[in-house]
Amino acid sequence: MNNTNHTPPAVPPAENGERRLLLISPAPHAHSSDTTHRLMRDVIIALLPAFAASVYFFGWDALRVAAVSIISCVALEWAIQKFLLRTPPQISDLSAVVTGLLLAMNLPGSAPWWLVVIGSIVAIGIAKMSFGGIGKNPFNPALVGRVFLLISFPVQMTHWTLPRGFAVTDAVTGATPLAVLKEGLSNGLTVEQIFDKADFTYLELLFGRIGGSAGEVSALALLAGFAWLLFRRVIRPHIPVTILATVAVFGGILWWANPGRFIDPLFHLLTGGVLLGAVFMATDYVTSPMHPKGMVIFGVGIGMLTMLIRVFGSYPEGISFAILIMNAAVPLINKYTKPKRYGKEVKHG
Amino acid sequence: MIINNSHANRCAVFRKGRLRTFTVGGIHPDDNKLAAGSPLQTLPPEGTATVFLDQHIGAPAAAVVSKGERVKTGQLIAKAGGFVSANIHAPVSGTVLAIEPAADIAGRRQPAVVIRVEGDEWLETIDRSPDIVRELPTDSTVIIRKIADAGIVGLGGAAFPTHVKLSPPAGKKAEILIINAAECEPFLTSDHRVMLEFGEQALIGALLLKKALHASKAFIGIESNKPDAIRRLQHIIQENGYGLQVVRLKKRYPQGGEKQLIDAVVRRQVPSMGLPVDVGVVIQNIGTALAAYEAVQKNKPLIENSITVTGKSLPRQINVLARVGTPLSKLAALAGGVPGDTGKIVCGGPMMGKAVVNLEAPTTKVTSALLFIPFREARRKEASNCIRCAKCVKACPMGLEPYLLVKLAQRGMHGELKANRVYDCIECGCCLYSCPAYIPLLDYIRMGKLRVRG
Repeated sequence: MNNTNHTPPAVPPAENGERRLLLISPAPHAHSSDTTHRLMRDVIIALLPAFAASVYFFGWDALRVAAVSIISCVALEWAIQKFLLRTPPQISDLSAVVTGLLLAMNLPGSAPWWLVVIGSIVAIGIAKMSFGGIGKNPFNPALVGRVFLLISFPVQMTHWTLPRGFAVTDAVTGATPLAVLKEGLSNGLTVEQIFDKADFTYLELLFGRIGGSAGEVSALALLAGFAWLLFRRVIRPHIPVTILATVAVFGGILWWANPGRFIDPLFHLLTGGVLLGAVFMATDYVTSPMHPKGMVIFGVGIGMLTMLIRVFGSYPEGISFAILIMNAAVPLINKYTKPKRYGKEVKHG
Repeated sequence: MIINNSHANRCAVFRKGRLRTFTVGGIHPDDNKLAAGSPLQTLPPEGTATVFLDQHIGAPAAAVVSKGERVKTGQLIAKAGGFVSANIHAPVSGTVLAIEPAADIAGRRQPAVVIRVEGDEWLETIDRSPDIVRELPTDSTVIIRKIADAGIVGLGGAAFPTHVKLSPPAGKKAEILIINAAECEPFLTSDHRVMLEFGEQALIGALLLKKALHASKAFIGIESNKPDAIRRLQHIIQENGYGLQVVRLKKRYPQGGEKQLIDAVVRRQVPSMGLPVDVGVVIQNIGTALAAYEAVQKNKPLIENSITVTGKSLPRQINVLARVGTPLSKLAALAGGVPGDTGKIVCGGPMMGKAVVNLEAPTTKVTSALLFIPFREARRKEASNCIRCAKCVKACPMGLEPYLLVKLAQRGMHGELKANRVYDCIECGCCLYSCPAYIPLLDYIRMGKLRVRG
């Protein structure tokens, strides 16, 4: 009886005459358009305004640093996957491009090529691939690269080019606003005296005409990137918002207590890579908590540590260290912050 | 229990009138309701009908006919094998060819009654007139008995015998009945067509279910992508003064999940491992309500159901009223034949439906759709490393952590799986749908659930 013998359903052959078989799998049979590649592409797009600003202010140097960083990061990841891990290279997921671009944004425009390459080796080779590649690294690779360079090559890493654009070929160097402030305060000057001598205004902080690493200078461009990431639902707002709020509240309390000794919170928000760190570094999926509650703890922790380092530590700025320290706490945060479950739990045996 | 009502409130501002939705997780797949505009067409029986004896949750039914016997449409052919079981009736008239295993959609052999179709002679007790019978029986036990006799099961997909659901365990009372007309699965339009074409009958069915439960309130939850159905049912309710209330829901998957629908409509959450009746609610599908009307008011057992036949490359998008036991291939032929670019055939919706390997398999009482997925969309992409984006956590409507459950399942950590409530998973597929690394999250979680259950 033919109804008890099942035959595979007749799917007409493909146009090229190839016989096709039906696929089977458990449900679901539909998938969102999200892919790792798409998410990384959105991060790159979000970084473009800040990158464009850095090119505008620092000229060809910024372009050169970014090119060297991206090429060395991607090449290194490819080589490690191909020759050391012997797994099919997955550089097409663009994650190495993001790491390279973020590393470049964290370096001074004047960084020599070998410094950038060393940073890439530390970021990709040590911080990312030695743990097993994308998704496995406990610390943000670009930040590990930057902090390694900051500690090992302090001279080159604090040799900031002042923004002069394309017009001038011989770059002028100077200190970042935070370094100016820190040095002034340690020499016993008040905030007002320091600002009288300094040559930057708040408007310049907002648009980026200040000394600093390539990506940290234009607050406005970074905020545009933040808006894009939120619009594309790549990140949730919890981490950046809590970091910025904590920095503002911490700075605000100090300023309110003694405006002569401490600078106002707006200055803290606009300088030293707080925005770059809060929007692009702290929100790295792999090294940040999974749940909103955990994200808030993580953000508050970064904000507090950043301010402690800035105000009481010996480094003028601290967000890189703060993020790396909090990266280490992420597994613990994930363990103790669970999402809101549906329905009450019942006792079971 | 209100957790996060802000989204529903926000929608209320934009759309004049409150759209409700559930409060944990959820996704927004393209709804692809391609067949929404296509009226139900009746497929006359021909050839053979293969009727499985196990079409429901619980004990299989036991055949009460023998080979060579003549049966009429609507005649009992298999009796419920216990309280949690359901009667099965002849969907066609003709001669019983065999009582033997037949291959189902997955190619597995299940005991079945095979009937050769000869004419379409109905049992005389069945009222086949189009007149609507509005007068309800006065005795609620009559309603439950007739529903049990008619072999009605939950048509939302679970196929749980309806009379069991209408008899809550001692000490538990269902004060609220919610009719599930969310139809949140993409592509599915059969419930939508039922509401448009058999709206009043389905509403009378809802009243019957409400009466059987002695419920004080009854809601009908419909997603806002079916505005014509919402208007139609509201109009009928108003005109007749029925004690029912339409609740407009925001389009969101899995709104039609029992637990999610209860959360959306009455803001209660069923406890872990509990039943809806634990929070005073019983849910019935809109198709079940129509079947209840036909059983109680018309003496008609559950022998046909509405099925959507759809797919992006299918020549015709159709909704069919087909007898139970109709071969799927006949439905495909009615829609213009299996498209040349078909990569996967699914019985049900794309989120929870089952892949078909045998197109000659018959429909069952709960078949809701036959979906043809083109090759380019059918193949899952290769999985890459988890990037810990937490999209699965955000999507999970039970508030679980799919990424973590997968790791625990892979390592066989049963205690941890239990502690993280793996048994709460409703297998809606939101996690796998959202994963940018294409990790087969739900497959591993199912494995974990099986192991925990022992």
